[in-house]
Amino acid sequence: MSNLYVARSQRVAARSLDGEMLIMSGKDSTLFTLNKTATILWQAADGMTPLRDIVEREICSQFEVQPATALQDAEDLARELARHEILQVSEQPIPPTPARALESR
Amino acid sequence: MPELIAHRDRLSLVVEIGGMPVRVNTSDPDFLDMLCTRYDGFLGVTDHAEIEFDVDLSAPKPGRDGPVRVVRRSGRWLLQRGDFRAEWEPARRRGQILQFPNPYSIDSVLRIVHTLVLAEQGGFLAHAASAIRNGKAFLFAGVSGAGKTTMSRLAPRDVSLLTDEISYVRRQNNRYIACGTPFTGELAKVGENVSAPIAGLYLLAKGSETRIEPLKSGVATRELLANILFFAQDAELVRMVFDSACNFVDRVPVSRLTFVPDSRVWEMIG
Repeated sequence: MSNLYVARSQRVAARSLDGEMLIMSGKDSTLFTLNKTATILWQAADGMTPLRDIVEREICSQFEVQPATALQDAEDLARELARHEILQVSEQPIPPTPARALESR
Repeated sequence: MPELIAHRDRLSLVVEIGGMPVRVNTSDPDFLDMLCTRYDGFLGVTDHAEIEFDVDLSAPKPGRDGPVRVVRRSGRWLLQRGDFRAEWEPARRRGQILQFPNPYSIDSVLRIVHTLVLAEQGGFLAHAASAIRNGKAFLFAGVSGAGKTTMSRLAPRDVSLLTDEISYVRRQNNRYIACGTPFTGELAKVGENVSAPIAGLYLLAKGSETRIEPLKSGVATRELLANILFFAQDAELVRMVFDSACNFVDRVPVSRLTFVPDSRVWEMIG
């Protein structure tokens, strides 16, 4: 069973504009536009809530999707975003650093 | 111009773009002459300079190919390409440039330095032509072939051309100002050294009819970011540039300008 935690990277700049989330990598200036599901995942990625709970609470409640399918898709997406260093993924909770705590206010 | 002559005696001149004076020191009178010609219209007339560069022309003749590398180490910016190597320490306001005697290398160094300074101030350089009409500045952005040179060439007499290639955008309080630059494109015409508040950004596209469509902020920001010049591998500055683009789109109307390349397009501007 999946036991992943996800946290927004501090090395990015992000802003929601007209309902779409734009994220720019601080590493290589690559610009990403997240779709609705990815935006939900990004916004909920506090490092402390298990991905499974995020999917159940934020995605399954809004979209007609099987929980197992939704979780698998979310894991794939989280690992893809982590490859670009805009999200951190861990099997342990990721405690907030002062900068991330500030960002989420 | 007595003050300019005084500068030449010291083998030194001040290039002032966007209100930021940069002193260039050299030991080579021919290079100084070349700079005087290249930056005619943008030469400062006072001794004051925000940044001072010593230029060493002893580098061997290289190619201009190769990636630009701009990194910050211990408070010092290192700028490097095949044809130059430069260092700049903002705290001391001083730097050095090692290059072969040609106007292109120092021009690139100046562009990079301006992008770094502007990023800290909420501004940026963009791939865009810009011009002033009726006291308002307009930017025309796009990749090569989108129509920057065409718009510049078609500009009527009452328009002051700021640049046909690289627009200089400064943030001043809550508004944005476009400034003329000597950075030229295909038209090879140095911009006028004047500035005005920006009233609109047009993203260019050539088409079979001329029309203007306002853009939503998400699309506008994405396309503006794609046209901003930024070279530094530096997460902090990337964030600043990203925020600058978002803030600009919040305050300046951004539209898609699809146009037939004839002078009637300017009837819709200003």
